[in-house]
Order: sequence, then C-alpha cells, then structure tokens
Amino acid sequence: MPKLHVTTSVNGEPVEFLCEPYETMLDALRGQLGLTGSKEGCASGDCGACSITLDGRLVCSCLMLAAEAEGHEIRTIEGMARGEKLHPLQQKFLEHAALQCGICTSGMLVASEALLAKNSNPTEEEVRFWLAGNLCRCTGYDKIVRAVMETAAEMRETAR
Amino acid sequence: MNVVNNKWIGQRTIRPDGVDKVTGRAAFAADTTMPGMIWGKVLRSPHPHARIKSINTAKAEALPGVKAVVTSCDIVDFRIENGAVMLGIQDMRWMCRNVMARDKALFPGHPVAAVAATTEAIAAEACKLIEVDYEVLPWAIEIDDALKPDAPILHEFNKFDGKPSNIMGRIESKKGDIAQGFKDAELVIERSFTTRPVHQGYIEPHACLISVAADGKTTIWSSSQGQFMVRAMTSMLTGIPQSDIRAIPAEIGGGFGGKTIVYLEPLATLLAKKSGRPVKMVMTREEVMRATGPTSGSKSTVKIGAKKDGTIVAAHGSFYLQAGAFPGSPIRGAVGCSFAPYDIPHVLSEGFDVCSNRSKVAAYRAPGAPIGAYAVECVLDELAEALKIDPLALRLKNAAKEGTKAAHGPVFPRIGYIETLEAAKSHPHHAAPLGKYQGRGVASGFWFNAGGESSAQVNITEDGNVVVTTGHPDIGGSRAGIANICAELLGIDYKRVSVIIGDTQTVGFSNLTGGSRVLFASSMVVTQAADKVIATLRERAAKIWEIDPEAVKWENGAAHPVSPNAGQFEPLTLADLAEKAPSQGGPIGASVQLNTQGAEGGFGTHICDVEVDVDLGIVRVIRYTAVQDVGRAVHPSYVEGQLQGGVAQGIGWALNEEYIYNKDGKVDNPGFLDYRMPVCSDLPMLDCALVEVPNPKHPQGVKGVGEVPLVPVMAAVANAVHNALGKRFYSLPMSPPKVSAALDAPTQQAAE
Repeated sequence: MPKLHVTTSVNGEPVEFLCEPYETMLDALRGQLGLTGSKEGCASGDCGACSITLDGRLVCSCLMLAAEAEGHEIRTIEGMARGEKLHPLQQKFLEHAALQCGICTSGMLVASEALLAKNSNPTEEEVRFWLAGNLCRCTGYDKIVRAVMETAAEMRETAR
Repeated sequence: MNVVNNKWIGQRTIRPDGVDKVTGRAAFAADTTMPGMIWGKVLRSPHPHARIKSINTAKAEALPGVKAVVTSCDIVDFRIENGAVMLGIQDMRWMCRNVMARDKALFPGHPVAAVAATTEAIAAEACKLIEVDYEVLPWAIEIDDALKPDAPILHEFNKFDGKPSNIMGRIESKKGDIAQGFKDAELVIERSFTTRPVHQGYIEPHACLISVAADGKTTIWSSSQGQFMVRAMTSMLTGIPQSDIRAIPAEIGGGFGGKTIVYLEPLATLLAKKSGRPVKMVMTREEVMRATGPTSGSKSTVKIGAKKDGTIVAAHGSFYLQAGAFPGSPIRGAVGCSFAPYDIPHVLSEGFDVCSNRSKVAAYRAPGAPIGAYAVECVLDELAEALKIDPLALRLKNAAKEGTKAAHGPVFPRIGYIETLEAAKSHPHHAAPLGKYQGRGVASGFWFNAGGESSAQVNITEDGNVVVTTGHPDIGGSRAGIANICAELLGIDYKRVSVIIGDTQTVGFSNLTGGSRVLFASSMVVTQAADKVIATLRERAAKIWEIDPEAVKWENGAAHPVSPNAGQFEPLTLADLAEKAPSQGGPIGASVQLNTQGAEGGFGTHICDVEVDVDLGIVRVIRYTAVQDVGRAVHPSYVEGQLQGGVAQGIGWALNEEYIYNKDGKVDNPGFLDYRMPVCSDLPMLDCALVEVPNPKHPQGVKGVGEVPLVPVMAAVANAVHNALGKRFYSLPMSPPKVSAALDAPTQQAAE
C-alpha cells in the first residue's frame, strides 16, 4: 500500500506529511515532523507521555493513527510557549520543581493545560483524577498537583 | 565547611535544564537521529530455560534491507572458568551472557540475536527469519522452586554446600553472639516475610544511537546512569578500546538503579560496526518489563529478642533474594542496612543470592535495603505492640548514634537518626486523630550512601561567567544543586553558572549516578575546582595591583584588598579579570579529579496513614510524612522531590506492584496497564520534614538523600494496615485480592 498524504495543522502551522497507514500520530510527530517533545513510554495509552490535543481534546498520540490528523488541529508541547514566553503552567512547573527527569513533563503539561481549558478552578481531587493517565515515577505527583492548582489560581486572578 | 554567606545554598532556584524540559527541547535517548541511520531489533528467547543448540541467521541476512546480524559469537566471551572480571559490582562473565545468551537462554526475553535493517519493520521481520534450535529445559521462577532438591539448575558449575545449587553465594554481617543474646531476651518474636520483584518503572525505555567509523572511532548516544559505565562495558564486550569510544550522556528519563548496566549499547555497536551505518535501538515497554532488571523478590525471616523494658538484645535476619538469571542480587543492602538503625549487642544478618529463570535483577533505589527493612521494621512493630511501648519510643530506646558499631562494620560518626525519630514524634501528623478503618504506622530505614570517583571542570568564560562540567548524568536535579554551590563559592548570581554533563572524552572519569552519591561527590570536586579558580583570580588581581596574593580576598564575585593596609584599589570583578585574562597568564579554569571519601549513611523515619475499603480490599494511603536526615539541603525542592518520589515507589511496592507469571513461565503483565504503578489519583500529598545534621566530612555538609526514602515505606504501610484492621500481612503486595481474602477470613489471626 502506498503512503498516505496527510494535510493537517500542528501548533497553528499548516503541515503536510506522508505516512504508512499503520503509523501512529506519535510516530509522525517524532519522525517525519521532528517534534520529539512528545515521548513514547508505553505505546499503549497507559503512561500519557505522548499527550497532545486534537481539536482541543486531550489524546494519547500513540493511540491515534497519523492519518487521522487529516483536516484537524494538533497541538503539542512544542506549541505551548509563545516564543520566549513560557505558558504559566511551564513557569510554575519550574518554580515548584514539578519535574525531575523530565520524561513525563511534556505530557503532564499538555494534559494540565487541557484540564485548565475545561475547568479553571479544579479541586485537588479533580486534578489528581484528570492526571491519572499521566505516569510520573520521579516526583510522587505532589509538586505537580501543587503547580497545577497554583497556576489555575493565578490564571483566574489574571482573567479577572 | 567553607560556605561563606549562604546566599544560594538552600535556595529553590530554577534548574539549569528546566526550560528545555518544560518545552520539549531536552534530548533524551530516543530523540536523536544521524544521517544514514538504520534500526536495530533484538530477537528474544520465548522460553524460560533452554539450551541453544544452533542459530541460523542466513534467511534473515538474505532479507532485502537487512544490513547486519549479530549473535553471541560476535560478543567478547568472558569465560566462566577463568574467574570473575569485575567492573564495579558487575561481573563481566554474567554481563556478556545477559546482553546475549550464549549456550543457554535463561529467561523469556533473553536476547539471542540482533538485527539491523533500513526500517524497524524490516528488522522485526528479519528477527522472525532467524532459526534457533532450542532444547527446552525445566525451569524455576520462584525462590522456593529454585531451592527444591530437584530444582533445575541454571548454572551447572555452581555448588553450594557441596551440591549443585541455585544458591550462588552467601554473605553475613555479625556482631556479638546471637545464641547468648537470645538467652538474655525476655521476649522473642520471629516472623517470615515475602516480597515480590518490582520494576524500577522509569518511563523512558532503554534506547541508544551508535555509529562506528571505519577506523573504529565510536560514538554512543544513550541514556544511562553513567556514560563511563556505558563506555567501559561496551569496550569490554566489543573489544573496541575505551579511548575510541565517545559515550555521550543523553538526558535520562528515569533510572532508579535500572540504568546502571547496559543492554542495547554493545549490540548496537556491533551492528553499527558490521553495517557501517549508525544504528538506533529503542526498547518497547514490553521488552523493558520482560528483559530489564526489576529488583529481587525475597523471602526473609527475622527474629528479634528484647528485654521487657524494650531493650533489644539480639537480632537474627536471613534474607533470600532473587538474582534472576545471573548471580548478583543486592543481598549486601538487605544484610547490611536492616539492623543498622539500632544499637544491638548481638546480631547475625545473612543473605543468600538465588538464581532463577527470570530477568537479571538490576539495582533499584537502596538495593536490598527496603526488603530487609520491611521485615525488620514489621517485627519491631509487633515487638512494640507486645511490650505495650510506643513504636517510636521503642526505636528511640534502641537507636544507633555516634559511636554505635554497626553489624556491617563501621562505627557511626555523628548521625541524625535520633533527630528523625524525635521530629516524627513531635510532628502534628503523629498525634492527628484517625477514623474508622484508618490506621497509622511508622518505620525507619538506613542506606549506606556512597562516595567514589568524580571529576569536574570549572571554567571562566571570556565574558566572565562560569561553565561547570561534571561527569554524572543528572536524573533528579543535581545540576541545580551544583549551580547553587558554585554560585555560592564564587559569590555570583546562580544564573551566571551553566552546569553541563560532559561526555566520556571531555571530562575525567566519573563513576555512576548511583548510591546517592552524585551531589555528595560532585560538589566535593566542584568545590575544590572553584577554590583553585578563586586562588587564580586572587593571584591575577594581586599581579594587576602589584601586591601579594595573600593580601587579596575574593568576596561577592570580585577581588578586594583584604584591608586598607593592603592598598586602595577598586574591586576587580569576575568579568574584569576574565577580560584581562589573555594578558595576565591565560584562560582561567581548573579541573579536579578525586576518589571522594566520607559519604556517611543516611537515616529516615516515616509516618503513614491508610484507610481500608473493607468491601473492596483497597488500601489507600491518606496521609504520609517522610522525615529524613539530609545533611544539608542544597536545593530543598529537589531534596523533597527525592523523598516524595521514593515514598511513591514504596507505596506501589507495598500495595500493588508485582509481576504475574503464567503457566509457561512468562510475565503476563508486561505493561503499565496491568503492572500497576501509583498514579496521581492513588496518592495524597507527600509531606517531608528535612532534618539537617551536616555531614562533617563534606565541605557543604551534604549527605546522600535519594535512596533512604524508599527503605522504610513498605513497613510503614504494612504497620498502618495492621493498625487499621488488626491484621498483619507478611507478604507484599497488600493488593485488593489479598486484603479481601484476609478480611473474609475473620478467624485467621494473620493473613498468609
């Protein structure tokens, strides 16, 4: 079978690529598109290190076929900062030391951003259950949850 | 200690590698490519135990797109009968057989061949074309099975007590005479425990990208806990001299001990050499779970004797640890650490290294120590209950302190164990009320900590900033700690200090990131290098001012005359002196290489609250406080992070994590869905109480902190479950089926 031609948008930029029918979105991002910020920890949708958004919806890019990107809008960790200006979540993760090795961090940030887009005032329990699909083996999640909640509080303050 | 004004040490600065890691820029092992790169795949044994009669690779080699195939014939053989060839704690006789099976495959997942091809799909297809003629042998997975009189023997040459055996070795620590000790005891409690193997669970699978030029010059890009270990092991297994191998440390996505040995690098090197193309290899999660080291499963018996007043007079521990396919389980940690927090006159602690048909264990955070502490700290809880003494009071009564001789040898210098017990006792958590089906447990733990070889370079840039190069992969934020210390010593803003991890050909030998040694050792070499730089800076200023160097002091990032008597001069800043460097003697920098000494052991005491869902058998940790003597918290956030991460791993070990084997001797849960590590919604906030008793043998008072926090956890959780339910569990994990079964058996005194 010939390769498929996909026209899509990644982080607001129009993108075209060729892919095998069986290739995942994660393969295309990390391979053809050179966006290695999304990580492969399991390839089975259990660790969340490959989290991206598809039309604003949080998905594991390892569970999505690359061809499914056709005509949709993809956002990845690489699109989170605006030039040199970090997203408030990125800044807060740094201030709270909410990362150690950093392999889960891309996915954590993308998932957290998706949470705050839906719920600007999450409880600790809501944060914990939303992030339950993102494994971190280093931090015990404590500083991650704190960073997300504090970012939410600050963003609410800013939005006022 | 040469800390001057403590402006940066103890500050929660932004880590030097932070922005790269929150923006997705940081390059981990699988994140790079090279021109002309091809892909490598490993063919693995489907059998737990099988003799390899022959391997035919002809069909695979003939497949279009296949560029190279390697088998054990291509790997340097360290013959068993020639005796041990040690690299650190690893015997290369086992390492060469672990990276590629030779005469026998010893676990499902054991590599038997590797292929490199132009695409991953072709490499995988080629693996299927390799014909391996196996003679399938009987196998043993569990310790009990491996110890049966008629057990299949993995390594026929091995004898224990004169007979062929899977017990590959025994060690002991001894103090006093336990027979006498137990005679003196008024109460003796003896219990047996089992724990299951658990995986380190790093989220980044093993990966590497390697090129070998026609002249043999080799470049290795991989993530590990030691680029020098990667270089040395690859050199020994391929025959390429170390001077020709440049091992570049990628960012490492978690290790916890599991990346202190090589799996892929020697194979990719040989494939690259044969094919003349750069070869990339990336393990799947399933390969990680089947073929890389978990820590040992165990079977322990601990007997402790005490006087009625709580004075412990004798202790005996015997610890059987699974090594997996090859010798080398962490019995030293179980034997040496278990009783170390206590001043006991009569101790015998024995460890047995047991091989069986599962993947070779690798180090996991305080290797062996959590297994031993689980048994000892649970028995202490029973002892406290029987004697009607508060568990912390019992530990305080018997606590090791300065001058105590530990059974494993050393006489403790000033240590902070008692301080951790007192801090736990006075912590609000200890007195907080508990509800129905809730319980509280406490436990302590010890880890040796390590020093060893480290190298560092401190170079002043032409524009007057600082680049520090060290040789230890940074997993948990050590670059931030080093930046804090260097900024402190030079009296400059920490943002002016750039800390990088050098590759093997650009920085001096540095031993593994392991043993909780990195900040201890690297800050020692960085301190000495910074001191040398400061001496140079003072000399330069003295030369410019035409005064004696002794009359120049370094303060707040600039040279000053020590007193008005020395002369009236405007301070010369780092930038001034860097600018003048070419005319005043040349570049400014220093490198230091040391075999660091004085890493003293670390102690922690934990308090855990659980709530048990008695309908579903689910144990939830609802509050947790980790108290630890951390020496000096150079960067408190990353110290807390070590404690919190260790606790989370211990909770997983205690409650859920285990390998499930099927009837064919294969792991049935080789993925994150069924191998259940704690997720965010499983845990509460994890509180930390940092006790700082500075290490007198370190310039900043640093002690290792990374491993202690895993040691007490399983016992703290088990003791809390007992407190909640009135039932004791003697095996891990305390998973819902096991807890439910115990709750459904009300007449049974203790579960399993």
